Amino acid sequence: MAWYLVKRLLQLIPVFLGATLLVYFLVFMTPGDPLDALCGDKGCTPGVAAALTEQYHLGDPFFVQYFSYIGGLLTGDLGVNFSGREISDVLAGAFPATVRLAIIALIFEAIFGITFGLYAGLKKGGWFDSTVLVVSLVVIAVPIFVLGFVMQYFVGVKWGLAKPTVSGAADWSDLILPGIVLGLVSFAQVLRLTRTAVAENASADYVRTATAKGLTRGRVVRVHILRNSMIPVATFLGMDLGALMGGAIVTEGIFNVPGIGNQLYKALTLGDAPMVVSVVSVMVIIFCVANLLVDLLYAWLDPRIRYA
Amino acid sequence: MPENNIENNDAAGRGLDPEARGREAAVREVRDTADTPAGSHQKDIGGPSAGLMMEHFVADATTTPVAETDSRSAEGAPVSLWRDAWRQLRKKPTFIIAALLILLVIVVALLPQLFWTENPSAASTQCLLENSNGKASAGHPMGFTAQGCDVYSRVIAGTRASLMVGLLTTIGVVVIGGLIGALAGYFGGWIDGVLARLGDVFFALPLILGALVVMQLPFFKAHRGVWTLVVVLVLFGWPQIARIMRGAVVEVRNADYVVSARSLGVSSLGILMRHIIPNAMAPVIVIATISLGTFIVAESTLSYLGIGLPPSMMSWGNDISDAKDAFRSNPMPVFWPGLALSLTVLSFIMLGDALRDALDPKARKK
Repeated sequence: MAWYLVKRLLQLIPVFLGATLLVYFLVFMTPGDPLDALCGDKGCTPGVAAALTEQYHLGDPFFVQYFSYIGGLLTGDLGVNFSGREISDVLAGAFPATVRLAIIALIFEAIFGITFGLYAGLKKGGWFDSTVLVVSLVVIAVPIFVLGFVMQYFVGVKWGLAKPTVSGAADWSDLILPGIVLGLVSFAQVLRLTRTAVAENASADYVRTATAKGLTRGRVVRVHILRNSMIPVATFLGMDLGALMGGAIVTEGIFNVPGIGNQLYKALTLGDAPMVVSVVSVMVIIFCVANLLVDLLYAWLDPRIRYA
Repeated sequence: MPENNIENNDAAGRGLDPEARGREAAVREVRDTADTPAGSHQKDIGGPSAGLMMEHFVADATTTPVAETDSRSAEGAPVSLWRDAWRQLRKKPTFIIAALLILLVIVVALLPQLFWTENPSAASTQCLLENSNGKASAGHPMGFTAQGCDVYSRVIAGTRASLMVGLLTTIGVVVIGGLIGALAGYFGGWIDGVLARLGDVFFALPLILGALVVMQLPFFKAHRGVWTLVVVLVLFGWPQIARIMRGAVVEVRNADYVVSARSLGVSSLGILMRHIIPNAMAPVIVIATISLGTFIVAESTLSYLGIGLPPSMMSWGNDISDAKDAFRSNPMPVFWPGLALSLTVLSFIMLGDALRDALDPKARKK
């Protein structure tokens, strides 16, 4: 197990280096002066240009520049953004809101997606199953920004069930509605994945055996059907963290959540390239680690999987 | 001709070979000699006139009821995967609805002038501010935008951009991802390793995030349009298809027909193109259909964020982006493009879903 963990961590390194290299390359190394990319539409003053050249080692060969950037990234020194604030400070200030938002979304999609999917899968072909399948398709098809506006309008403004926008503190209670909006699309996908896996496993031989030897229905469903159906769902939830990060840009914009997505959007509209590279790099790290955790979860879900 | 011995033992001349009908004359000939000891009928039966004049001592196969059960027709023969899938699809209401909706969207994209009440980009069309945020009225069934433009005509006109981005991106992703996946799966070894890691790198960047970074580069900023958007979406969209293609290729790589083609001396490229890729296409087409919907969503999301299609271009994402600030006083200019967008995406996802069910016979059993 420990050996497997080490191996997987080592495998993460090329992926992480590759992804950051890609982003770095795209921002700094495309044809033209990298200062154009860094300075955006308005252009830099000579002083700022000199400072940026110094900060990103633009006089050095490409790989020296890249590794000094990665070194900074790993030690938490991300440089300063356009308004002169330390990027690590900005991220530290924005992260809690996004983490809370992502947790609400993940919990929402996991609990409701698995419950609904389990029920639909056990009664495959029934009216609940058919309804849920159609509704989930509709939810998947509606883009998150349309969904966000519609929910904000009806739930927040018309019916007054939740606050339509988020206060500066971004408490848990403020974030319930944006969290649900963020998790809705994935909820539908979790539901469909669970439903398919459950329907397949419900007719498996070991389930018949479990029923035949007199286990209660509850135990058969929980231990034999549900647990065996969780592997594709766990994989999806791990990968979904990346999609949630992307969706957070839109959701945080609609509900005015002071989080990472909002910062990224601001950085994009200002053309603040150092900020964009930093935020995306941090998100890539989170994504890679989440996938590693999912891999480790497999062993708990299915003891047949051994790590060697 | 040893195969005739088999047919000889089978009194009704049941052809195991679907092409056996063509050899009926030969079979009758053999039947005539059936009472002679086995192996004694070594005479030539291949002549064109052989057997035609022979007398039959059993009822002719065409006059007995056995003929009914024994007859083989091309329609009764095992059908190909695609023909079988088509039979399944024809009966599915979700497939029919999705296909009709997609057809409608394609027609609207190709011939918008048949649908709009006025060409929203024509010089003669003026958005009157007196109509700003106006309610629906005769000739303007979806009301007006904040600029006083007709929402209905804009929704119709925006179809083409969204569909083009979705379609072109899907084609690009299938060609590039399919090729890379097929190469990785077929050759294995270090090629597989390198291509898999490369895919991981692009896969680690979520589609929207990657596209955000690329779209704000100076070059892409300066040339915003359908083509740059397609390039960016293909860049971050290909690993998914590559993974599926690779899996499918690995599955069929050692199939008997591939081994026999290889031993017949067909080149690697020939095997890949003629035998492996066509047989691995089914899962790729399913995912590609569903992805087409996701790419349309990605386009509109990027346009919504202001870094997708240029504002001068009419698209659903741009329209929603323009109307979002006035959403609480006039939600309709957000609602209608959103509905068009959702319905289009929904029909592609439904189509992919139906295709998946039809192409996977295992999933069909009750």
